[in-house]
Amino acid sequence: MTNTVSPLGKDLIGLEKLSADQILQILDTAEPFKEISERRIKKVPVLRGKTIVNLFFEASTRTRVSFEFAEKRLSADTVNISTSGSSLVKGETLVDTARNLEAMRIDMVVMRHGASGAARFLAERIPSTVINAGDGWHEHPTQGLLDLLTMRDHMGHLEGLKVCIVGDILHSRVARSNIYGLRTLGAEVAVCGPRTLLPSMVEELGCQFFSRIEDAIQWADVLNILRLQLERMQSGYVPSLREYNRIWGVSSKKLEAAPRDLLILHPGPMNRGVEIDSDVADGSHSVILNQVTNGVAVRMAVLYLLAGGQLDKAEAAKRGGES
Amino acid sequence: MPTPNRIRVMSEPDVRRAVARMSREVVEKNGGTEDLVLMGIHRRGTHVAEMIRAEIEQIEGDHIETGSVDITLYRDDLEVVGPRPIIGATELPPGGIDDKCVVIVDDVAFTGRTSRAALNELSDWGRPGKILLCVLIDRGGRELPIQPDITGRQMQMHEGERVEVLVPELDGDLGVALIQTTSEDP
Repeated sequence: MTNTVSPLGKDLIGLEKLSADQILQILDTAEPFKEISERRIKKVPVLRGKTIVNLFFEASTRTRVSFEFAEKRLSADTVNISTSGSSLVKGETLVDTARNLEAMRIDMVVMRHGASGAARFLAERIPSTVINAGDGWHEHPTQGLLDLLTMRDHMGHLEGLKVCIVGDILHSRVARSNIYGLRTLGAEVAVCGPRTLLPSMVEELGCQFFSRIEDAIQWADVLNILRLQLERMQSGYVPSLREYNRIWGVSSKKLEAAPRDLLILHPGPMNRGVEIDSDVADGSHSVILNQVTNGVAVRMAVLYLLAGGQLDKAEAAKRGGES
Repeated sequence: MPTPNRIRVMSEPDVRRAVARMSREVVEKNGGTEDLVLMGIHRRGTHVAEMIRAEIEQIEGDHIETGSVDITLYRDDLEVVGPRPIIGATELPPGGIDDKCVVIVDDVAFTGRTSRAALNELSDWGRPGKILLCVLIDRGGRELPIQPDITGRQMQMHEGERVEVLVPELDGDLGVALIQTTSEDP
């Protein structure tokens, strides 16, 4: 291997396989990128001439816009493809779509897909760098990274930090990326929510479980509150939104009992009055908008670190999922 | 592997004398200290810039605005060398650089690519009235038509040789060393 291989390998599929050093390198690289977004001219030329395709098979505003800003601030050329208005609705397979893009000589694909494992599937089949922007219930690595960065910014450290993820853990790629990243960096992780929305492997992931939000509030330094996907209610996972809010919703009244100030994160979009009350979302301990700001910096760091390894990309694709 | 041979080519007093002369040249070329801004290139250039600032402030008695640039994201060799492990901060002086006389300060001038990157970065930050390039060591070997305006010392380099500027903040020592590696050692 030459020194031109990116420190992250060819792709970013998830945080599960990354080492503590690799995660810390991304977080440390994100620091100077924060400053670029504060400049009058928010652009540096480091990815000039790179072509990046944002391939979104699922609705997304925050993540897609954040990636696009990150790409543009690094001077890459970007194309956005979303499900509507593309041949994706005509039944073209994922690999065919990607191969056609490949034939137009692209360098990277940022993909959001509804199927768990879609990002790895694609990465093993095309030589371009693939960045997972969320695949089914599997992982959403850049969201996990921006959560880690925001927690580190405000708490000063991640090792030994007590983080409780609240809500629908079962269907949440954000939860999984958080758990992998936080555990790798030595944080203590717990989850809290209805048992119906809990994956069976929570203990295997090394997480504590709280069935009562009041207990989680007593234990935690940080609450990462997940969005309750409203379609879950129709599937019978939760009885009603009102009951969900009463039992697991985070309100300032419940937070009053906390022995210390809790940092409040939420990946968005929020259902105000369901999983989080407005006075908490807009309160002084909420860092929800800092997360959005950090999202651009983290994505710039990921793009920058992955772009360094392009020379060996064809070989890496041949090796498949080993990297 | 043979250990490289280190030769001290400038002692601490040598560097201090060179910096003193360079500082006077900076003031002379700008016609005083008005609108003067020093921008050191991360990392060792910022320390050379700091020495020049202290010298000018001592002889002229005026405060000199100083900033720093990290040119990592303006390099054109990302695919060749890969991403840098650490990117330093770029700090603009509080008064900005528009219409100022900006002196780019670096430790060593070699290919000219770092200076090119710094010039590009500065033009993204504003429109200086004038830009000067000031280096402690000019070791030749330019790949771009960019020459320093103010030089501490010129050195003729041979194959397998490189020059290292030592600064107290990073190396606990001030001086310049020539490092010779034998030809069979790449």
